[in-house]
Amino acid sequence: MANFISLSEVTCKFGDNECPFPAPGAGIFEWQPLASFNLLGFTSIEITKPVILAMLCTVIVSVVFIAAFAKPKLVPTGLQNVVEVGYLFVRDNIAREIMGKDGDRFVPLLTSLFFFVWSMNVMAIIPGAQFPVSSRFAFPVVLALVVWVVYMYLGMKNQGVVGYFKNIAFPPGMPIGIYPLLTPIELLSTLIIRPVTLAIRLFANMFAGHLLITVFTVSAWYLLNLSNFVGFVSVIGYLGSVVSFIVTIVLTGFEMFIQALQAFIFTLLTAVFISSSLHAEH
Amino acid sequence: MNWILAAEGAESGSNVLLPPTYELIIGSIAFFVIFFALSKFALPNIRKTLEARTESIEGGIAKAEKLQQEASITLAQYRQQLSDARSEAAKIRSAAEAERTNLINEARNEAQAVAQTVTQQANAQIEAEKSKAVNELRLDVSKLAIDLASKIVGASLQDDARAKAVIDQFIKDLESAGGKR
Repeated sequence: MANFISLSEVTCKFGDNECPFPAPGAGIFEWQPLASFNLLGFTSIEITKPVILAMLCTVIVSVVFIAAFAKPKLVPTGLQNVVEVGYLFVRDNIAREIMGKDGDRFVPLLTSLFFFVWSMNVMAIIPGAQFPVSSRFAFPVVLALVVWVVYMYLGMKNQGVVGYFKNIAFPPGMPIGIYPLLTPIELLSTLIIRPVTLAIRLFANMFAGHLLITVFTVSAWYLLNLSNFVGFVSVIGYLGSVVSFIVTIVLTGFEMFIQALQAFIFTLLTAVFISSSLHAEH
Repeated sequence: MNWILAAEGAESGSNVLLPPTYELIIGSIAFFVIFFALSKFALPNIRKTLEARTESIEGGIAKAEKLQQEASITLAQYRQQLSDARSEAAKIRSAAEAERTNLINEARNEAQAVAQTVTQQANAQIEAEKSKAVNELRLDVSKLAIDLASKIVGASLQDDARAKAVIDQFIKDLESAGGKR
């Protein structure tokens, strides 16, 4: 480990044969604030790159949707056509697929979640941004909390406060002997594990994806540096550099898929949780 | 450039699983801004448009179904009329056929009757003329015979044998001429 230095300590210049491999770590997810100010003496707001990107996502998603549907036409053209496909995807493949006609009420929530999450994920591969906002744990946590509040509220509203908790703890239609085993699992699962896994799944996927891409990007640069050696080492350096670069490109494509998939899973699970709150399970 | 580069070590020991308060606040605001923008401004419009689209498509389908129904009713009517017309035509044709046969038979019978009458009349006339001619001939022959006889008698009473032969020959000729008629 002593040979590895962290990315921020890199002082290597190109062609510096003494430079150890600067392995990217958790540090690549920490950002120095551009500016910081105090919010009513309560907490300090720090404007970091992820914060700027999150604001950018907010503006882009809001503006694109409002622009696309400002004057919607019966026969869609241009931007409306494209955004409509996204909207109909959420409505038909998530809301109606899980909840049927009941799902139509939750399409605005699900659409907001899907496109906010997706835009934050996509920032990982937008040139210049190149950082998945959702790999900052705070953003998945906030969204998971929103989902948790929504489905808890809907559950208590639709099944009654007592009825909802009773239905969670004692799912109807089970043999009575199973309850000692089932009740703690169900309570833990619905009240705690659901939101926690929802947040961690999104965070961890984007975190790992960004880390992988960074590792191979740094490798491509580092191994090209290694090629300044003479003979066998330089050949290995060239080969390794080219392979790392290709892997970076392949991983970027793979990440594009994962970004959409994670946004889809997040929204789909939200729909499933809401659906289970509308009707008692089993 | 320091904001573009990650700042490891700046907050060494910071845990990626411990979100800072400001990010929680900004994340919440970001989500609610998007939710507000979409649910208040963007999605109601498109929902109405999609409903209108569904309605117009369903309306079009209903209209097309109605038209098709009407068309099939009209077609059935036309077919009925056509078959009626056909059977009527067949009736008319068979009636005409019968009438034609009748007419032909009548005409034939009439013609036969007329032909028979004409033939009978002709036969009768021929018969009458024949008998008339025979009678006239008889008269002429006897007159001729008398003339001849007087001529012969006047010419040569001595040659009885020769006169007799001439008369005989004459009568014979007459008879053979009458037989030829």
